[in-house]
Amino acid sequence: MKYFTRLRVRRVYKWRGEPLSFNRKLKTFEYGSLVISVDGLPRTTVINAGQHILIEGEDEDNPYVAKVIRLFGDESGKQKKAVVQWFVRVSEVPLSKLKLLGREPHPQEIFLYQGRSCDDEVNAESILRPVQVKHLDRAAPFPDSGDKDTLFVKLSWDSKTFRELESAAPVASPPPPTPPLPKPSLPPSPPRSPPTAAPAPARRALPTPDPAVMRRAASGEVRGGRATTSAGKVGVTEAESLHLASRLSASKCSSARRRKAIARTPGVRKKLQLSSPEATTRQDILDEDRASEMMLAQRLSSSPPLTLRLTHSLTPLRKAGAATTPRAHRLTPLRKAHGAAVTAEDTAVPLEPDSRTPSARDDSTRIEEDNENSPMLSAAAATPRSSKRKSAQLVSSRIRKQLNLLENLQVLNSDGDDDEDEFVPSKKELQSSSDEEEEEEEGALESDEEEEVLSKKSRRAAAGSCTPRSKRKTTSTSARTPRKTPNKKIPPGTPRTPRHATPSIPSRSLPARRPGNVLEEARARLHVSSVPESLPCREQEFQDVYSFVESKIVDGTGGCMYISGVPGTGKTATVHEVMRCLQHAADVDEIPPFHFIEINGMKMTDPHQAYVQILQNLTGQKATADHAAALLEKRFSSAAPRKETTVLLVDELDLLWTRKQNVMYNLFDWPTRRHARLVVLTIANTMDLPERIMINRVASRLPYSFKQLQQIIMSRLNKVKAFEEDALQLVSRKVAALSGDARRCLDICRRATEICEHSPADPFSTGLVGMSHVMEALNEMFSSAYITAIRCASLQEQLFLRAVIAEFRRLGLEEATFQQVFVQHRALCRVEGLQPVSVSEGLAACQRLGACRLLLLEPSRLGVLQRVRLNVSQDDVLFALKDD
Amino acid sequence: MSKRTAKDAHLPVGECVTQVQDILRQRLCHQRLPDKPEGVESQHRHLLELLKRTAIHGESNSVLIVGPRGAGKTMLLKCVLRDLLEDKEAQKSLLQVHLNGLLQTDDRIALKEITRQLHLENVVGDKVFGSFAENLGFLLEALKKGDRSSSRPVLFILDEFDLFAHHKNQTLLYNLFDVSQSAQAPIAVVGITCRLDVLELLEKRVKSRFSHRQIHLLSSLTFTQYLERVRTQLSLPDGFPDSRFAQDWNDGVKTLCGDKSVEEVLQRHYNSSKDVRSLHMLLMLCLSRVSVAKPAIKPADLLEASRLCFADAKANMLHGLSILELCLIIAMKHLNDVYEGEPFNHQMVHNEFKKFLQRKSNSMYNFEQPVILKAFEHLQQLELIRPVDGSSAKTQREYQLMRLMLDHSQIMEALQKYPQCPTDVKQWAMSAFG
Repeated sequence: MKYFTRLRVRRVYKWRGEPLSFNRKLKTFEYGSLVISVDGLPRTTVINAGQHILIEGEDEDNPYVAKVIRLFGDESGKQKKAVVQWFVRVSEVPLSKLKLLGREPHPQEIFLYQGRSCDDEVNAESILRPVQVKHLDRAAPFPDSGDKDTLFVKLSWDSKTFRELESAAPVASPPPPTPPLPKPSLPPSPPRSPPTAAPAPARRALPTPDPAVMRRAASGEVRGGRATTSAGKVGVTEAESLHLASRLSASKCSSARRRKAIARTPGVRKKLQLSSPEATTRQDILDEDRASEMMLAQRLSSSPPLTLRLTHSLTPLRKAGAATTPRAHRLTPLRKAHGAAVTAEDTAVPLEPDSRTPSARDDSTRIEEDNENSPMLSAAAATPRSSKRKSAQLVSSRIRKQLNLLENLQVLNSDGDDDEDEFVPSKKELQSSSDEEEEEEEGALESDEEEEVLSKKSRRAAAGSCTPRSKRKTTSTSARTPRKTPNKKIPPGTPRTPRHATPSIPSRSLPARRPGNVLEEARARLHVSSVPESLPCREQEFQDVYSFVESKIVDGTGGCMYISGVPGTGKTATVHEVMRCLQHAADVDEIPPFHFIEINGMKMTDPHQAYVQILQNLTGQKATADHAAALLEKRFSSAAPRKETTVLLVDELDLLWTRKQNVMYNLFDWPTRRHARLVVLTIANTMDLPERIMINRVASRLPYSFKQLQQIIMSRLNKVKAFEEDALQLVSRKVAALSGDARRCLDICRRATEICEHSPADPFSTGLVGMSHVMEALNEMFSSAYITAIRCASLQEQLFLRAVIAEFRRLGLEEATFQQVFVQHRALCRVEGLQPVSVSEGLAACQRLGACRLLLLEPSRLGVLQRVRLNVSQDDVLFALKDD
Repeated sequence: MSKRTAKDAHLPVGECVTQVQDILRQRLCHQRLPDKPEGVESQHRHLLELLKRTAIHGESNSVLIVGPRGAGKTMLLKCVLRDLLEDKEAQKSLLQVHLNGLLQTDDRIALKEITRQLHLENVVGDKVFGSFAENLGFLLEALKKGDRSSSRPVLFILDEFDLFAHHKNQTLLYNLFDVSQSAQAPIAVVGITCRLDVLELLEKRVKSRFSHRQIHLLSSLTFTQYLERVRTQLSLPDGFPDSRFAQDWNDGVKTLCGDKSVEEVLQRHYNSSKDVRSLHMLLMLCLSRVSVAKPAIKPADLLEASRLCFADAKANMLHGLSILELCLIIAMKHLNDVYEGEPFNHQMVHNEFKKFLQRKSNSMYNFEQPVILKAFEHLQQLELIRPVDGSSAKTQREYQLMRLMLDHSQIMEALQKYPQCPTDVKQWAMSAFG
């Protein structure tokens, strides 16, 4: 097996063998395996159904992980598709949700994805390569494997919570189930193991049936295969959790076996991999020899949906299976334990054998190759693989059935009835037996090749060791545990972006005091920061935004919306409220889950930082602006196989303006991409952003009217009686007249409560905030300080102001040089009977007025030449000076 | 024994004078906080309440302290902080960040300073912050992670607040105010500025997030209060070691303040500015004249100090000019009179000067052209004249347009005081026409 992940080369994808089946409705051909070859390299990689694979994603270093369920292509052969069961990497789980894990995730940990929002159909050409996935017990520590290519599954992730994979009975009693579990997981092994030595010849005998029969069987199988998969799929949806349980156990087994194999071969897995290609070729040759027999056998055994005729031919197999009875008996109790809950679909049963292949990749490659050689076989393999994952559980159920069969045929039959409509009850027995048979067969294969290849040896050894199945399991587990514990330190696997240490403001030793009285309570509620229970007066806008975003999320499409309005009119608050509601809806499964990201143009130092922040929010990755832009571009334009809708809120959009407008352009362009699934909500004050890119807008967000403001305050106060009725009205009317800014309104009310609190207690007052308090607050906030400032200025400063006005009147201009004003100033001093001021003194007064911005001045280095302007109206100055 | 204690009370005069200098200088120069801020009690209460709520209740606030220079804005804030920190609870929890618009001239520097003052850099070890963006994200995340009830409140004091409003996009202000208006770590933003129009500087989004609380410090000090302040500022405290000396000193101060001429001088100062700092400057000059030989402030000292304070800098510079330079200044003054302030060049001044010489037919002031040009350039170096904007390097020096940076009154004043000023020059200056 080659790993050419890092090679930037063109891959060629080809179907291996003839289509297994043809779906007339969809006009698709079902295939058993896919060959990936790289330009310029002779080697090829084969992807079979049931194998774990890596799928090209946004992140080069962390491609998606999935398990192939089935492979199919269209008539033209141009499109190659694969149906997969997804896994998510740690990095794909939202950071916020990672906390639910309750522990540090292992860098190589992946989770079975059970969310429904991802399309499970991917372009086969996005497949990179197979990957090794080990299923681990929840409690089991992560094995310390030196290689970075092995991934571990412990839990499943349904976009909300982590669940144990073994949700069914097996979980509860991990040690006992072990013996039966291995069987399903290593479909070949259970039956094979006992007879490892002996069965080989018997197996040989089996395939011999005449070729004609085989052919017929094959043709039947094609049809059958189709049926199987569909049935399998149904089954999958029906009993997911159950599948999970069994699958886990199965994979556990396989991983255990793999480990064994690895342990055997001193040279670590790498070596194995290296050697494997050769092995394959050799294998191929070997296979050629045996092709016919093998084919037949394989097909017979593996094809689950065999026609009746076929089953008949298989009958002897069943007998072979019967031979295993003693062992089976041993297992029975266990099987019952976990089998009880399992409703098995026979359709899935045939898949078992294949499920083994992907998990134990190293050794199984060869077998895959075998399959490929014989088209029929491969076809057969494909069918099972498609439902492999889900079917892992079926395996166990089938085993149970098988055991039942051995003990009591009647039971089995009845089982069959509820399991599968497609199958004749009697066939069921056959099938189960055929499975066994198949396993045996594989065992035989091994034995054939034993002497030749090291890797083979190892595998055989593994197989051999497992012969007493239960024993093997236990030994392997015991072996594993000690080994893992010591080497807890895992070499940093994929270059994960380090979660940068986030600093925080130290927490206070004493808790903050709670509001003590009505006024304090009111003040807390009126603080702009307090999250209101509801958003009054923005119902319409809320509805608009909500339905827009909701529809996009449900449809899995993208779009943008532009929300504009003057500050303090609840733009951001509305969107946040919408997102809260949508998040809730997603939590209760009303809508598919989505990813909400928020960026703010004001909270970044440069428009291009937007890319960095989006990327970081999306994937936790850190990158430079350019790189981030490239990554995002790729993410939003590539047909990423599984993607949740991303809702991006861009606050203060106008700050993202650049000369080339590329940031804004991208923000509005991405949602229009076919595969982006991106909803962009933008917020800005300005209404004049180019119309062409505005798809949807909630514009004309007029400032709040006084009624609305009043309602807002009331809703915030939420029945805390702290204000007199008319006081509230005064505030809202005043603010509505000035700006309609809800923040202002709340701030004034808050200030009014303070004033009320500190005003001397009036025996007649109600203790509520009244008109007078509100008036005072209003005055504080809205009255300009200019007039007071002029009144409080020193005499010379006042004279200077007068001189300025006098000079302005003389010149008929609104501007004069200091020198000109100074002449007037001196004259005024004489009039007032004061000592004439010196130039320095006059300049000092002038500068002081300028510092307060009562005057606007030119830079002071101009000295007497600097020009002077008034920053207040002349009337105000005269009014302020009149009273003196 | 009693004799001895009595003797202890009488320190030698030199000792006493040193003590007086110490105490008063600390008061006048080190800006020691008064026990109770005078005239700003309500503002003090308002600010104290506000900051207390942040420190104790974790309520986010923003406030601006606005007032002219020397009005006591910083003093008020410092008093409030002092009083606030007397509260154990507040003292334990409150974190302070002091920024100054003159020091933190852009947001990048300001952010680094904030991070440093909050000791956040320790969290990331010795990691030196790379980009501005990283730094901003870092700080915002830190603030975002906090919440009202559990995080320690942070007090941001932005001195020269108006200068922060000139930073690009007002990013820092936006973010600080935004935090103060959202449920993040509790912060109080206190801006100190002397600009009355500071709100107009804020961008509308920033403005909307600011709570619009402004505390104005506009002193409505009357002259009697001003006089009283002079007296208290100069008086020695009760705890002075030599009580008799203190008594004498305080009596002296009282009589000083009662003096007519002193009152006049102080009135003039009061008229000019109510600024406490300029008053301190005046008193400081008086204080420095106190010596062992003259262990009291006399009215003459105050008059002298006042004269120094009001001295016109430009007029003083004229005293150091040569006769030739003075003549050129006078020629410029005449040109200004004739052309009503239009700019002139060296050639015009030279001609004007030559006209004066011809009338006198006196060879005493016959200078070579280069000498005159040199004198002209010297005046430019002293910034008594400055080239008109825009007419720079290209034109020849002789024809470069200049403006006189002096007022007529300054020239006349200088001429009056110029030692041994030739009478004909004086007359020429006085004459209405060149």
